[in-house]
Amino acid sequence: MNIELAQVSRWYGNVVAVNDVTMTIRPGVTGLLGPNGAGKSTLLHMMAGFLAPSGGTVTMDGTRIWKNHHIYRNIGLVPEREGVYGFLTGWQFVLSAARLHGLPDPVEAARKALATVEMEEPKDRRVETYSKGMRQRVKVAAALVHDPPVLLLDEPFNGMDPRQRMHLMDLIRSMGTAGKTILFSSHILEEVERVAQQIEVLVAGRHAASGNFREIRRLMTDRPHLFRIRSSDDRKLAAALMLDSSAGGVALGPDGLEVRAAEFRRFARLLPRVARTEGIRLHQVSPADEDLESVFAYLINRST
Amino acid sequence: MNTVVAGITYRALLGRRRIVLLLLLPLALIALAIMLRLFGGNDPHSAELLMDNFAIAVMLPLLGLIAGTGVIAPEIDDGTIIHLMSKPISRPVIAQTKFLVAASLMAVFAAVPTYFSAWLLVGNEDGLAAGFALGALVAGFAYVAVFLLLGTITRHAVTIGIIYALLWETVVGTVVPGAQKFSIQQWAKSIAVQISDNPFLDTNVTLGFAVPALIIVTLGAVLWAGQRLRVFALTGDE
Repeated sequence: MNIELAQVSRWYGNVVAVNDVTMTIRPGVTGLLGPNGAGKSTLLHMMAGFLAPSGGTVTMDGTRIWKNHHIYRNIGLVPEREGVYGFLTGWQFVLSAARLHGLPDPVEAARKALATVEMEEPKDRRVETYSKGMRQRVKVAAALVHDPPVLLLDEPFNGMDPRQRMHLMDLIRSMGTAGKTILFSSHILEEVERVAQQIEVLVAGRHAASGNFREIRRLMTDRPHLFRIRSSDDRKLAAALMLDSSAGGVALGPDGLEVRAAEFRRFARLLPRVARTEGIRLHQVSPADEDLESVFAYLINRST
Repeated sequence: MNTVVAGITYRALLGRRRIVLLLLLPLALIALAIMLRLFGGNDPHSAELLMDNFAIAVMLPLLGLIAGTGVIAPEIDDGTIIHLMSKPISRPVIAQTKFLVAASLMAVFAAVPTYFSAWLLVGNEDGLAAGFALGALVAGFAYVAVFLLLGTITRHAVTIGIIYALLWETVVGTVVPGAQKFSIQQWAKSIAVQISDNPFLDTNVTLGFAVPALIIVTLGAVLWAGQRLRVFALTGDE
């Protein structure tokens, strides 16, 4: 099943949370990547029928999602907020989901779903005694109990320990391979890279990039990089670097050099070679803008 | 009516310490009745005063507030309602189920103690116990419907509900004659008057107004709450 977003916008008063987004979520695993506050949750809530788009349409195989409770036969939702009744046991919680779906054999469905997330052993404990990762897993079990073709997960790996994270990643990958349409949001590139075949990047409410992880990686490494360099002779190094086209600009300051590399790969090879031939010792070479925020900032400027 | 929704709602409301909240006021009512009886206040006038000034004027709106908001507001607050709403169940059915749960709690925690405390004082004399019990039951339905609706409209349902219960129902409803027509507790009294022959019981609201008003308010609030849930939006933390 596909989820289609056509020119979807959402604003709160004067604040635009999602701005004219058009995308199709197809079978397989899609990662919705973006920094905090980019509008990922807003977009996901619109896909899950918990928010009306201010403009545009959100549909699932042509059916409108907003104000349509029938879609939940085909959607499993794992919300970011806790959202689990603490007074129920894990078993009761998942079983109640199966009953709410009106499944023919709710007991068997709940048992299977809890086995899928490896929560059989603590299933008879109250949810309030669970760790965050365990709660996350019963939520996933409750969302999977009716074996939906579409699964939406909002920041599913938050609060999980590495082992649990790995297990959920495997689970998501295998469900994607089995043909389910899975969308999960995350602000961590590595997470998305490891699980998603398709990555949709959302920055400041805009759909900034789209592609598989190689394309997104390339997009991010091919952008101009900023390096901070300290050496035995900054001025001489600056002059030598400027002779090559891969250095876009050099600024000489009291703390050393700031070099803007137009071509990342070529510059990375150039720098040590130049230093050697000029007899300059490099004391420090550090990327000045390697954090994800600056990568996103680059993508925004590129998309506008 | 959905039994799974009802089951979870009952557990949320009656589980552990929350039941104490529901028990506190009816126990106070019964305790007052026992004290009156012990100290010779078991006459029709005292009974009417206790019913009128405590059972209907204080206990009923506050219990309605606890039960009516309690079946929905905490779940909206902590997001657990998503568990119910992300299922193929129509949202109005969820609202109706929540209403039925709250209404049943009013029968147990408001109507029955009302009957019992009046009966402690005057037995079945004048039909006072039956009249107030029925009035409390029907008005209890209206209260929980209104407070359920309030819980779907605002996150401050309890605060607004308390102000409404204390200010409108208790002060305005009893003091300002014109406003009495639009007070749920006066509708309850209007029903009690019909059944009871207690000479001290009186109301300015006719049954012909009270009954349609109770029906319209109750049904209207439940239906409206269902519509509110249909457009329920998660705004997220962004």
